[in-house]
Amino acid sequence: MTSERRAFAYAPAPESRALVDIKPSYGLFVGGEFVDPADGTSFKTISPSSEEVLAEVAEAGPADVDRAVRAARRAFTGPWGRMRAAERAKYVFRLARLIQERARELAVLETLDNGKPIRESRDVDVPTAAAHFFYHAGWADKLAYAGLGPDPKPIGVAGQVIPWNFPLLMLSWKIAPALAAGNTVVLKPAETTPLTALLFAELCQQADLPPGVVNIVTGAGATGQALVEHPDVDKVAFTGSTDVGKAIARAIAGTDKRVTLELGGKAANIVFDDAPIDQAVEGIVNGIFFNQGHVCCAGSRLLVQESVYDEVLDSLRRRLGTLRLGDPMDKNTDIGAINSLAQLQRIRELTDAGEADGAERWSPPCELPEQGFWFPPTVFTGVGQSSRIAQEEIFGPVLSVLTFRTPDEAVAKANNTPYGLSAGVWTEKGSRILWMASKLRAGVVWANTFNRFDPTSPFGGYKESGFGREGGRQGMAAYLRSTDA
Amino acid sequence: MRKTYKLYIGGAFPRSESGRSYAVTDSRGRFLANAAQGSRKDARDAVVAARKAFGGWSGTTAYNRGQVLYRVAEVLEGRRDQFVAEVAAAEGLAPRAAGATVDAAIDRWVWYAGWTDKLTQVLGNANPVAGPYFNLSVPEPTGVVAVLAPQASSLLGLVSVVAPVLAGGSTCVVVASSARPLPAVTLGEVLATSDVPGGVINILTGAVAEIAPWLASHADVNGIDLCGTDLADAVDLERAAAGNVKRVLRPPASESDWSADPGLTRLTAWLETKTVWHPMGV
Repeated sequence: MTSERRAFAYAPAPESRALVDIKPSYGLFVGGEFVDPADGTSFKTISPSSEEVLAEVAEAGPADVDRAVRAARRAFTGPWGRMRAAERAKYVFRLARLIQERARELAVLETLDNGKPIRESRDVDVPTAAAHFFYHAGWADKLAYAGLGPDPKPIGVAGQVIPWNFPLLMLSWKIAPALAAGNTVVLKPAETTPLTALLFAELCQQADLPPGVVNIVTGAGATGQALVEHPDVDKVAFTGSTDVGKAIARAIAGTDKRVTLELGGKAANIVFDDAPIDQAVEGIVNGIFFNQGHVCCAGSRLLVQESVYDEVLDSLRRRLGTLRLGDPMDKNTDIGAINSLAQLQRIRELTDAGEADGAERWSPPCELPEQGFWFPPTVFTGVGQSSRIAQEEIFGPVLSVLTFRTPDEAVAKANNTPYGLSAGVWTEKGSRILWMASKLRAGVVWANTFNRFDPTSPFGGYKESGFGREGGRQGMAAYLRSTDA
Repeated sequence: MRKTYKLYIGGAFPRSESGRSYAVTDSRGRFLANAAQGSRKDARDAVVAARKAFGGWSGTTAYNRGQVLYRVAEVLEGRRDQFVAEVAAAEGLAPRAAGATVDAAIDRWVWYAGWTDKLTQVLGNANPVAGPYFNLSVPEPTGVVAVLAPQASSLLGLVSVVAPVLAGGSTCVVVASSARPLPAVTLGEVLATSDVPGGVINILTGAVAEIAPWLASHADVNGIDLCGTDLADAVDLERAAAGNVKRVLRPPASESDWSADPGLTRLTAWLETKTVWHPMGV
């Protein structure tokens, strides 16, 4: 093990944080400009890898949310609503170009605020965010082809609440289709990761986007609640936990609000005995350790066919020994920091429960930095189906391993959670991939790959993983009123 | 300094191999420039270039193709003043009307750029066949498409007929308006500086009646848009095109109103549908 680790020793390759200017404090972005909150309260956002305070951020109260919604309404009934679709498209294209132009800055800021490895923010989060704006821009003047009747209309003002795991990317999933369809938005980023949304607000200014089309209100749960419950919000879009999703569904009951919910998951990654094992192991690692496992569609349950269990587990442990955990700003880092102390405590609580349930915990030798929030890559074997670590979303770098003998058993176990967001299948047999895909109760099925995202590809869950889709033609439906009879 | 207007073939700007040129005048008959008078061999060279470029262009991701075409619109807009002057001279329009035409041409590129990654979603589908099969139909580009550009609308009309060929992933040999070819040559300069690979679009100037039969009968051309020819000539061209079962778009009775919503006709004309079957079962 020691010699192997030495073979993988890399010299530090830190990205420069001088690439981004972080202001000491940020206001709310309302009506095209940064404004102070009505009651002047603020909170700190820290870098989870060092616990260093990055900036003070305004906390929006109900009065601020109301002001933002009114700004969005004015833009909707005003310039944005009256604008020709082809002109609207150009603004969305321009936002895509601005993200591309300022990609490095956004990537550095994302990694500082979120704790994810710079390699991921640079190569995944930011380019995919730009792609989302680019793809959706093209829809703006093609809505008649979206399958919603000859002349579908925007819904109005969208209140959007996003999580901390992919801050800029989730913003783009929300804002790009909303704007392309002709809506205006008030978006609340997560309280632990507000900074890229606030930089995006500057991009809206650079794009000369009409004031009020995009409004950003920062804050915690209460701010989000004020936003989704605001009577003049026509459409609610939420990505986050299933518990909050249920609370939102209750809160808007009896209103005319339209809603889409993208909630938790407990995806099964199913490995058959004919799968290419090395490729499958890479997929398993990517499936659960990408972004520290802070991924709603993470492959957090590994289902291995019994006949290849030893081979897969040996190979998996060997591979985990090569993962580099540490400074997220280092370009060689594979696993960054856990996003917050609260999340770290939740991961600890659930993994302790896993051990109490009788599962066996294993982690590779792995030094954790002293400052910041860290959790080593962890694998549980001997996990019972009813164990909390097989049922509940951990949202951390923790893999629960179960076994199966037949395809039917794999399907039954894979579907045996309240969730239904995603699943993975690893086999060389095409007909089995398609049979499995037809049986799995999940909104996305990856075969011989995992964690693939594309703006053209609809994403969203079955069951308690939520409803509605984001991306693709189906995703546009979330922001349009059909003009069918 | 006056510019020499040449052909655009395989990413380069050659003169006609025939060494011929012809005088181009403005709408009032005043001399503007000499344009290359393309020949049969120029047309054949252009088809070779288009075929060579097809594998690469059709193989790019739709996202990448969309970005490249959007870039064309950006570069086109950067040369707006030049196009306004050329379109005004060619079509006898007042500067304001010429400006509106150029703006519409820019918007048309943007419109088609946005189609690259949506065509499959709007035109393709999964098919619920009555059996344990996965069955999917997707559009794919036809191949090399010859286009006879409209004779009156020298830029907007031209863009409206070539952009859909490129958006769908086919490559193109276009014969510009015979009497109004200069905006087309300048468009070639835009394309040459917009990340569009050489050969993806090839622009010929000259007499449509002379060049068109060679393209219509060419065995390595998969489709032909007869837009810029008259109805009488179109019949012979359509017959020649039958030799290798080309897809044919017939010319309109009179030149279209290019400012109207183009719809999907010119996109679907240059797309094939491929259906893939695969069994489903453990």
